[in-house]
Amino acid sequence: MTFQIIWFILWGVLWSVYFMLDGFVLGTGTLHNVLAKTELEKRTLQRSFAPVWDGNEVWLLTAGGATFAAFPTAYAAMFSYLYTALLLLLFALIVRGVAVELRNKEQDERWHNAWDKALIVSSFLPALLFGVAFGNFFRGLPIDAAGYQGSFFALLNPYGLLTGVLFVVLFLQHGALYVAVKTTGAVAERGAVLAGKLWPVVLVVAATFLVSTHFATKLFTNYFNHPALFLVPLLAVGALVMVKIKLVQNNRLLAFAASCVTILLVVTTGLVGLFPNLIPSNLDAAYSLTIYNSSSSPYTLKILTVVAFIFVPIVIAYKIWVYRIFRAPVTAEEAVNDQLY
Amino acid sequence: MDMDVVLLSRWQFAITCMFHFIFVPLTLGLSVLVAWMETKYVRTGDEMWLRMTKFWGKLFLINFALGVVTGITMEFQFGMNWAEYSSYVGDIFGAPLAIEATVTFFLESVFIGLWIFGWDKVSKKTHAVTIWLVALGTNLSALWILIANGWMQNPVGYVIRNGRAEMIDFVAVITNKYAIIKFFHQITSGYTVAAFFVMGIAAWHLLRNQHVEFFKRSFRTAASFGLAALIVVLITGDFHAVEIAEVQPSKFAAMEAVWETQKAAPMNLLLFPDEANERNRIEALAIPGMLSLMAFHDVNGVVKGLKDFPPDERPPVWPVFISFRLMVGLGTLFVVLAIVGVWLARKDQLQRYPLFLKIMVLAIPLPYLVNQFGWIVAELGRQPWLVYGVFKTADGASKAVSAGQVVGSLIGFTLLYGFLGVVDIYLLIKNAKKGPEAPALSK
Repeated sequence: MTFQIIWFILWGVLWSVYFMLDGFVLGTGTLHNVLAKTELEKRTLQRSFAPVWDGNEVWLLTAGGATFAAFPTAYAAMFSYLYTALLLLLFALIVRGVAVELRNKEQDERWHNAWDKALIVSSFLPALLFGVAFGNFFRGLPIDAAGYQGSFFALLNPYGLLTGVLFVVLFLQHGALYVAVKTTGAVAERGAVLAGKLWPVVLVVAATFLVSTHFATKLFTNYFNHPALFLVPLLAVGALVMVKIKLVQNNRLLAFAASCVTILLVVTTGLVGLFPNLIPSNLDAAYSLTIYNSSSSPYTLKILTVVAFIFVPIVIAYKIWVYRIFRAPVTAEEAVNDQLY
Repeated sequence: MDMDVVLLSRWQFAITCMFHFIFVPLTLGLSVLVAWMETKYVRTGDEMWLRMTKFWGKLFLINFALGVVTGITMEFQFGMNWAEYSSYVGDIFGAPLAIEATVTFFLESVFIGLWIFGWDKVSKKTHAVTIWLVALGTNLSALWILIANGWMQNPVGYVIRNGRAEMIDFVAVITNKYAIIKFFHQITSGYTVAAFFVMGIAAWHLLRNQHVEFFKRSFRTAASFGLAALIVVLITGDFHAVEIAEVQPSKFAAMEAVWETQKAAPMNLLLFPDEANERNRIEALAIPGMLSLMAFHDVNGVVKGLKDFPPDERPPVWPVFISFRLMVGLGTLFVVLAIVGVWLARKDQLQRYPLFLKIMVLAIPLPYLVNQFGWIVAELGRQPWLVYGVFKTADGASKAVSAGQVVGSLIGFTLLYGFLGVVDIYLLIKNAKKGPEAPALSK
């Protein structure tokens, strides 16, 4: 296996883990005012992700950094071609972080309400924009000999938007389940109920996405060449079904776990189809950015591999440790007791 | 390449980078100070150290939040605005950034969560360890980003191959002397910001005679920390000048406004550069051989003048020259203030000198400014090169991005960052003025 393939896999892992981890923070943030009504409930909801959101977002920075280091040409293209979309994403991520960290630094109702609104918008936008961006990567961007021929509005094509909606509903369900697991009282109940209501919506959007993918993209080419790969989308659908089963059994933790697997596998489904492209050209395949024509040198990839294989397991180990420390659902008393939050 | 795009992208990078750098130095230093306070609490059981940890910790967190979010911009911008640069140097430049994220961003972000929310969930000792891990994460993050920046200043361990710069020696890249010196110079400059931040706020309260013991101890702790840091700032600054004279002679010449190459070059205390006529309008108070001594640790060293470089390979002289002078001048002032601060704090005489305390309040922003001046010298002094001697800034901007797009993003950043700046200052001042929580009643 070449280093380029190893890094395509690692690249995919970083992105899918990011979506799995930030997905529930973005989802919970979007549902902030739907799931929490009183100030105490809001504090409880915020407290459920406040200790971990920053560490989750770092997966994005690592995915971005890995793209830069391992596939610099693709990184440069991805970020400059989608300039306006990424700018919106960036502003949203900035506002989201500030909203989470500074909302409770002031005891004033108007201050709270303003940041709550900011949190809702800045959580919804990244979910949508990431979906639109990946939808367009799956579909291919208009690249030819003269460079990039697209525009911001061209990204908002039906398939791009559909993928955006898919990300949004997946993250909303994911967030609702997270809240159902990690909080107590009325907030948790609302989370569980809402997750149940969202499930059929997710199913319909996901099915539409799979069918449209066949018509709008070339992602299934890899699958028809290696039919065993169909296991990935099948398992994704299986995990989604498991969400419903576990919800009906009222086993919320496993429902959330199934939702994690669903997100991992949905992203993997797309990336398996993309391989070995990173950004295919939908004008002329000769201008596609692949892992072969846009990667760093074997020497650099080797260094990066060593670093990744040493440090990523360490990161995962201490992250699990910290998640275990915060494993108990947040109670209302706890939510107002933090002197530094 | 469209020069408007280059110019606008440079403005945007400068503005977003300098804004991010309002928060970084304080994070570097205050994380260490707060960790030190908590360690003292764990060791002595003295409740006041715990209250100090929480009071300064809260200010740290407000600042840290803004540092985190404005940092995301940095990673995005290389690709968004400097795509040509990114694909040309990604093979080398991307690696330290990816390592920074993997090794240090996770460390600081995961353990800051545990620190904020883990007071009752882990032992006191473990809790103190978490803030040390945050401090380690932020400081090591500075190391990796400076390794990346160090390579732009003094490219090593690479060849030009396949139409781009490719890494051939990772060890050379991470042991780049330029980066290592700058790392120590930078983190200690950050410690200086934090020390003056704490001393200034403590002085404000001492002037009002409130929480006196609390702020005397805070002041004393910060003063010693600041003085120790400043000593390292001076030593590394000296080594850094030598390194610059050797590997970036055009930057060195601009810092000192040297036009003619000369042996045993004097240092002129009074200078007024005249860029248009390639000379200095005023040159006075010369210390013979001093510049050569500073540049090469040898009074007879030959300092290269700007005229030895083609006009299109010279950095802008005025901003580099003046920033360097302000940095050195204010840095010297800090040493004096820190010595007086340590002296008075040790003798418990702080409140007898209200004028000194007032000066310390007013001095809070100065180390921030000096950090910015240092970076103006470093980055403007590197021009017109993006990678010194290898790749020009004018060749680095994105081709797929139009001037209109950059104007739009520049306006967006200005508005958003302006707003965040107001929020930050408001929260910091409010929480700083509020003072610490009352001691626990049970004690």
